[in-house]
Amino acid sequence: MISILTTIGIVVVLGREALLFFQTKEVSLGEFFSSTTWEPQIFEFGIWPLVRSTLMVGFIAVLVAVPLGLATAVYLSEYASDRARGLLKPVLEVLAGIPTVVYGYFALTFVTPLLRSLLGVSLVEIFNVASAGIVVGVLIIPLVSSMSEDALHAVPLSLREAAHGLGATKLEVSLRVVLPAALSGITAAIVVSVSRAIGETMVVAIAAGAAPRNWNLGKDGLFSTVLNPFISGETMTGHIVRISGGDLSYNSIDYDSVFAIGLMLFLMTLSLNMLSRRFVARFREVYE
Amino acid sequence: MPDENAFVRTTISESAKVMPAQLTSAMEIRSMNAYYGSFRAVKEVDLTIYDHYITALIGSSGCGKSTLLRALNRMNDLVPGARVEGDVHFHGTNIYADDVDPVEVRRRIGMVFQKPNPFPKSIYDNVAWGARVNGYRGNMAELVEGALRQAALWDEVKDKLDQSGYSLSGGQQQRLCIARTIAVKPEIILMDEPTSALDPVATLRIEELIQELKERYTIVIVTHNMQQAARASDFTAFLNMDEDRAGRVVEFGRTADIFTKPEHEETENYITGRFG
Amino acid sequence: MTAGEFPEGPQLDAQINRRRRRGAYLRISFLASLIVAILALLTLLFNIVNSAFGLVALESEVAPAALVEALGLDTTSSALVDLSKDDLVAVLRTNVNNNVGRRLERDQRFYDDRLVFETQTKWDELCGRAVDRPAGCSTGARGRDDVYALVIEQIVQPKVRETWLLFDSIFHRAGIEERAAALYPSADLVFRSWLSVDFVTSPQSPQAEVAGVRTAILGSLWIVGVTILFSFPVGVGAAVYLEEYARDTRLNRLVQTNINNLAGVPSIIYGMLGLAIFVRVLEAFTSGAAFGGVEGSVTANGRTVVSAGLTLGLLILPIIIINAQEAIRAVPQSLRSAGMALGASQWQTIRAHVLPNAIPGILTGAILAVARALGETAPLVVVGASTFITADPTGPFSKFTALPIQIFQWTSRPQDEFRNIAAAAIIVLLVLLLMLNATAIVLRNRYARRV
Ligand SMILES: Nc1ncnc2c1ncn2[C@@H]1O[C@H](COP(=O)(O)OP(=O)(O)OP(=O)(O)O)[C@@H](O)[C@H]1O
Ligand SMILES: [Mg+2]
Repeated sequence: MISILTTIGIVVVLGREALLFFQTKEVSLGEFFSSTTWEPQIFEFGIWPLVRSTLMVGFIAVLVAVPLGLATAVYLSEYASDRARGLLKPVLEVLAGIPTVVYGYFALTFVTPLLRSLLGVSLVEIFNVASAGIVVGVLIIPLVSSMSEDALHAVPLSLREAAHGLGATKLEVSLRVVLPAALSGITAAIVVSVSRAIGETMVVAIAAGAAPRNWNLGKDGLFSTVLNPFISGETMTGHIVRISGGDLSYNSIDYDSVFAIGLMLFLMTLSLNMLSRRFVARFREVYE
Repeated sequence: MPDENAFVRTTISESAKVMPAQLTSAMEIRSMNAYYGSFRAVKEVDLTIYDHYITALIGSSGCGKSTLLRALNRMNDLVPGARVEGDVHFHGTNIYADDVDPVEVRRRIGMVFQKPNPFPKSIYDNVAWGARVNGYRGNMAELVEGALRQAALWDEVKDKLDQSGYSLSGGQQQRLCIARTIAVKPEIILMDEPTSALDPVATLRIEELIQELKERYTIVIVTHNMQQAARASDFTAFLNMDEDRAGRVVEFGRTADIFTKPEHEETENYITGRFG
Repeated sequence: MTAGEFPEGPQLDAQINRRRRRGAYLRISFLASLIVAILALLTLLFNIVNSAFGLVALESEVAPAALVEALGLDTTSSALVDLSKDDLVAVLRTNVNNNVGRRLERDQRFYDDRLVFETQTKWDELCGRAVDRPAGCSTGARGRDDVYALVIEQIVQPKVRETWLLFDSIFHRAGIEERAAALYPSADLVFRSWLSVDFVTSPQSPQAEVAGVRTAILGSLWIVGVTILFSFPVGVGAAVYLEEYARDTRLNRLVQTNINNLAGVPSIIYGMLGLAIFVRVLEAFTSGAAFGGVEGSVTANGRTVVSAGLTLGLLILPIIIINAQEAIRAVPQSLRSAGMALGASQWQTIRAHVLPNAIPGILTGAILAVARALGETAPLVVVGASTFITADPTGPFSKFTALPIQIFQWTSRPQDEFRNIAAAAIIVLLVLLLMLNATAIVLRNRYARRV
């Protein structure tokens, strides 16, 4: 079965190259996970600068997508008439169908200039994590809203009727019965969207910047570098694209390092996806 | 009257026999019609629900019993395309008047459904939920305990109030739903075949419970079960379908009268099991 | 029975009003979220259209009129665009130096029957070589439009000094004219649609003014072709197996979970898989070396159309399988039983009854998956899209670029003109995707009618 082969392929390939990477004498597993500097020229391979940007993009994206996506889902499932739903859902599907490179273009040529004119050119760099995060957020709104809407839809009518029968308003029924009842399904949607945001590549490759943001805690402090979303910072996916996009020689340490990052990315997204599946399964158990 | 009615006659509720002469009405339904889109499901209903009595709605399947019942607390508003014409008076006001809020109607006229449908929350929260959204300011724990006691469930669940409502048996779940309805202190409780999803023992418990609740509430109950109607109700309305499939009230009266000396042949055929 | 602790009378009215109001506010905010999402989409589209059209200040190295005049033609009656191929070649011969001319001729000759810059002896010698034969030896002559493009690119060399967005071009035209007159006195201010027939039919070029997406479109088509050839049969086969044959064993359940999980793997991981397997390990096959001689100019390693196509094939395989499974599941069981009852074997039943009924659904799913592949960028970058090629792909073993790659590269350039052509390329890509989706919808509707 090709699918099994693919999985095995992914694991073996990523694992083998990553192993090679950790076998070279310049790097160690300990350094990989403890160092806060990624500087291949001087053989510093600490994953944290890349992880930081990845998590920050994920966090900002979720901050944008979850409220918007969830509210959209509640509106579509609880309030919209069938006709309005039929009209509005395709719009979200279009949003979902646009290639991510186009979102990257949007981030760089629209959102970044917008942020810069709103917050000041000195504060916001041309390449910045915030703009990438916001656009990744927009990109995953359809995912959050369609999965959440499915979950809301699966809540039986009888619960809604019961709540109405007790003298609740439409809003109280939606927010205090239907939403909590769909909670595990919605959690699944959020977890999947985090995974999607972390794995998203083109937007960050275009808009977030092309240099890992090393942590200089001593010099600059926590807030001006590590936690500052308005400066550039390369994510894990962005780094993979930049390094492997060039003419990479196969036996270089760079080549292997990219696979180590890839393995880590794979494990992160896989565990998130499996977690999400758990939530969905639990949700099904209750209502089927 | 043929002999097969002997059984029914002997099991007629005691309270029906000692009914006081004076009756006050809780609801007056006047020339009410209910539609789903263009289909008329209930036609020209005139009916009085008497205060602190149990009124049973009986009739064959699909004749509009549920529709009529749901019209009494504006539950039909929730069904897209459904509408109700005519008047339903509750304490002198028409609940379908423009300035009446269905939310208030439903708080005062509660509903228990065919299938037990507790919220996926703890037993305590199930009971407290309605009171919370309706702005109850008293002692919530007391309210919950009182409602569960009235629903004859307290002793069974008092040690596991924080467990999910789903952890209870079907009959317990239905009593939980009754407790939940009681907790918002309605005046009238509407019940749509509340025992049809339960086994005979659980059914019996609910029936006993309904008798106890009568002390405090006015109850309207839909049932398919003739014996249940005869045992548990004071008044009975028999609905039947017209040629155009719209349900109408064929006969309404004291349960004792309906089951012993029905005026219409249709009614007699139905309660003696001769359908059509 | 007292209801004293619930609000009553006027208090109750006020309370219900309050709850109603809160409901109305939140309802509005839910709707607002939806509108934000729609606005985001509109902004995105507007932003692209805004960049794809607009005023440009164009300054030419040599005025086109001067070239026409130098040929001895009347500049009022004939313009450069109208010249014949012979005239254009003449323009080239007088205006480019011989080295450049020879290079152009070696890439592709001007006439089939004669040479313009090279001598015949040198040409024969070049083409007689075993290695490094110029491409011009084996391809046909340049067309008139191609020569015209060369004239513009090599001689006229229009330089875009500044570009403006569509919005500004329309609403702040006066200001722009003023600025252009002050900064670029010799430049023409013209309205330019970056998206044009030329843009779609021209090859890639380092100059934004003349660059086009032909190379990239062909690259995308080749890649997607390979992707379909690989993933469609395999995906449908797997789906048939899983739905019709597989028993509910642990292994099969594992396979199913696995497929679902694969659908959630980030696309860039597939790119890395493709890089390691198709480009490196299977280099002999994917570079075409194993299949005998390949044109020297084409490629020397595994970073080819096949590698890219297979990588995207793996990427969309889970999607195709899942969609096909759903389509097959939707075929009524009675059809299957009917077939079997007539004594047909399982495979005969599947071929005669199940597949024909499931095929519209399978196709719809596959088209949507292909749309996904068409827009994928990251895996192609990792597999090794060429950063710059002007030669159209000629087969599965060519080096490749693709439309999204082109968009990515142009977007990453700091100059405004590249943003403009990136926007134009995005429109081309979106139109292609739209066409695919329209096909899927038509298919779905026809299917829905039949059932
Ligand atoms: N939501 C609805 N939309 C359209 N028609 C409906 C709807 N609900 C009920 N009906 C129709 O209205 C008629 C009366 O239905 P109703 O549910 O009131 O009957 P019932 O007497 O309660 O039947 P049962 O004893 O089976 O519960 C039926 O013909 C039914 O098909
Ligand atoms: Mg009913």
